[in-house]
Amino acid sequence: MTRFKNYMNAFVFTLLVGALLAAFPAMASEPMEGALLMQEAATSSAQRIHDFHDMLLVIITGICLFVLLLLVFVVIRFNKRANPTPSKVTHNVPLEIIWTVVPVIILIIIAVPSFKLLYKNDRIAEPEMTLKITGYQWYWGYEYPDHDGIAFQSYMVPTDELKEGQRRLLSTDNVVVLPIETDIAILVTANDVIHSWTIPAFGVKIDAIPMRTNETWFRIEKPGVYYGQCSEICGKDHSFMPIEVHAVTKEEFKAWVEKAKEEFAQSDVPAIGSEQPIKLTALAQ
Amino acid sequence: MGDHAHKPGFFARWFMSTNHKDIGTLYIIFSIFAGLIGGLFSMIMRLELQDPGVQYLADGHMWNMFITAHGLIMVFFVVMPGLIGGFGNWFVPLMIGAPDMAFPRLNNISFWLIIPAFLLLLLSAFIGGGAGTGWTIYPPLSSALGHPGMSVDMAIFALHLAGASSILGAANFITTIFNMRAPGMTLHKMPLFVWAMLVTSFLLLLAVPVLGGAITMLLTDRNFGTSFFNPEGGGDPLLFQHLFWFFGHPEVYIMILPAFGIVSHIVSTFSQRPIFGYLGMAYAMVAIGVVGFVVWAHHMYTVGMSVDTRAYFTAATLIIAVPTGVKIFSWIATMWGGSITFKTPMLWAIGFIFLFTVGGVTGVVLANGGMDIALHDTYYVVAHFHYVLSLGAVFALFAGFYYWIGKMSGKMYCEWMGQIHFWLTFIGVNLIFFPQHFLGLQGMPRRYIDYAGEVPPENLQGVFVNPIEKINWIMAQEHGMHLWNYVSSMGAFLTGFATLWFVVVVFHTLFFGRKADDNYWNAQPQSFTLEWSVSSPPPFHQFDIQPKVK
Repeated sequence: MTRFKNYMNAFVFTLLVGALLAAFPAMASEPMEGALLMQEAATSSAQRIHDFHDMLLVIITGICLFVLLLLVFVVIRFNKRANPTPSKVTHNVPLEIIWTVVPVIILIIIAVPSFKLLYKNDRIAEPEMTLKITGYQWYWGYEYPDHDGIAFQSYMVPTDELKEGQRRLLSTDNVVVLPIETDIAILVTANDVIHSWTIPAFGVKIDAIPMRTNETWFRIEKPGVYYGQCSEICGKDHSFMPIEVHAVTKEEFKAWVEKAKEEFAQSDVPAIGSEQPIKLTALAQ
Repeated sequence: MGDHAHKPGFFARWFMSTNHKDIGTLYIIFSIFAGLIGGLFSMIMRLELQDPGVQYLADGHMWNMFITAHGLIMVFFVVMPGLIGGFGNWFVPLMIGAPDMAFPRLNNISFWLIIPAFLLLLLSAFIGGGAGTGWTIYPPLSSALGHPGMSVDMAIFALHLAGASSILGAANFITTIFNMRAPGMTLHKMPLFVWAMLVTSFLLLLAVPVLGGAITMLLTDRNFGTSFFNPEGGGDPLLFQHLFWFFGHPEVYIMILPAFGIVSHIVSTFSQRPIFGYLGMAYAMVAIGVVGFVVWAHHMYTVGMSVDTRAYFTAATLIIAVPTGVKIFSWIATMWGGSITFKTPMLWAIGFIFLFTVGGVTGVVLANGGMDIALHDTYYVVAHFHYVLSLGAVFALFAGFYYWIGKMSGKMYCEWMGQIHFWLTFIGVNLIFFPQHFLGLQGMPRRYIDYAGEVPPENLQGVFVNPIEKINWIMAQEHGMHLWNYVSSMGAFLTGFATLWFVVVVFHTLFFGRKADDNYWNAQPQSFTLEWSVSSPPPFHQFDIQPKVK
């Protein structure tokens, strides 16, 4: 009996804790257990997406509850026992007009902020710096064309080499360091198959497509560590080419640039301006 | 009975069939069989995803093969053969008062093309390393660069055959529906399922050849040195995506429109009410079909299209919500004022209406080009399309099965067994797919064999552990995506059990089902369709005397 009681206590506790955590998941800019909504926004782009989603969530929840209520009402009120003689009504033109026009109005209410969001998040005319990103099977290459062509490659840290504080499947060996409060444009391409570069907390996702350069932008509002994962199926290790960005203050970024120039100077990564080595396998096709 | 009752011998009847009902039966058997295989793949996928870490599969490529096979099988070999080949073949001629399809031999080859297509797809896993491209087969991953072996070629041939089968079937349906309706059955008196099949057939006829063209170009890129999609040769990988989705988006309506038709009949029959707003219902399907052809690039918001293009596709996509809303509200209005009985088919139909609404509203979220940036290629999308397809089209498959199995086999299913199947499935699929919205919002990418979170200790891994202990351990980790994946996998196992139960129901019906009357649902004049005027099962050749419709 006590064992059963213990189980019951544990069960009730779990339910309560679970309900609390689910209701108020710790907001964070990385995936959290039991969270229900998006990661905390770290850029203005992501904040715009959040605001729009907050509105959408109210509308779609309302629609679902409305349909559910109608169904429950119909089931209770118009079952065989409650209503033995069915009505013979087949049309009601005003009603049909209403349920066509009201959704149109709701969609217009959605569409206006939707277009604003789309155009705001698309591009920026005068970026303060540019980051060039190249997708490979299965790692990312980064170049800083405005900072003496710092260039490096970034691989996932294998699970057995993780250090304290690093996240399994999310942390990388060479992290991307970026300044906060800076309009950053990213140019994204790929060297083999299609990949997709994303950071959920930045509200950015853009495909890396060979022989094509895609562009978007973001402005990070606060320092922190941000993660993303390749978001277009790219073969065997699609799940294992994460993105890790450390957002730092402008001063810290300057210091990092000086250090990085030396650190990555010895690397065998081709300097900016030189062509990426063309894969022989690709030519053989 | 008389002269028309004589049936050919077993081989001639089932292997050389020209009878729409027998071909329909073959399609349904095939669809159930393929569904069990496709479902088994999804069980293995959820098994792998129940805990972080790679426990069951060899590597990511094997995982990619599973997701590819699951997608292709469910789309081309379960939902389409079940709804179109199975119920379409069975009930379009019966509902319009025709003796058979317009081209019975064409009908036969449509079915027999599906079998080698399915075999080619399955065998592609064993030759040349397997196709791990996702069902979207985007190059360059699917070109010789990403998949040098023969497996993708085999998958392409599988799609060619399945596509040819669909096109022939579509031509057959269009001819049948336009030319073989009973006297008096004008287009505006046609049952809604026939309307649905008519629109579906046009979608197939216009969309599938585009897929055929795209995969043929991919085939020549792979084997004969062309460069349609090869960037090194001046080709464009995005061209393939446009062609694929020009087919792919109508394809999702191809899967759901017959489901709309089936649900309409069930709701009408069990409410003892005529369909509310019949013309609106019919033309809503036509509208969905037409608009469905001009929204394809909403699958491609992240590929770098110009912002104006994305704005157009946002607007066009949002519009689809209007005819879809008309359908939802008309179903509810059909039930309104009715005298409803809640037999198994009606449970599936009501479940369909609500869950399709849930899947529909997340579709409205995803339609927005700006919003989709956060959700594209995450589990939110997986949740969305499983709500409309797995909990939509597949619910309609089950609804149609329970509604018509008495007519098709002459045997009634057992009511309580059917209801248990419904409730187990209903709870199971919601447990699978609702938490996936949360995962998607948190940013979990789809097509991943492993996800963020700590690998649990051995004694907490797997299915048979104390769930409370496990959840406590998961929540103590704080970071990761384990919890909802675990819940989702538990739901999957429940659904798997429900599917095995369905197999029991099928055999119980065939061997122990009581005899079905001609009009066993007691369909009243306001919801009557012609299949209830013939015996259960119908005679080998029906309508010796052509029925007249007033």
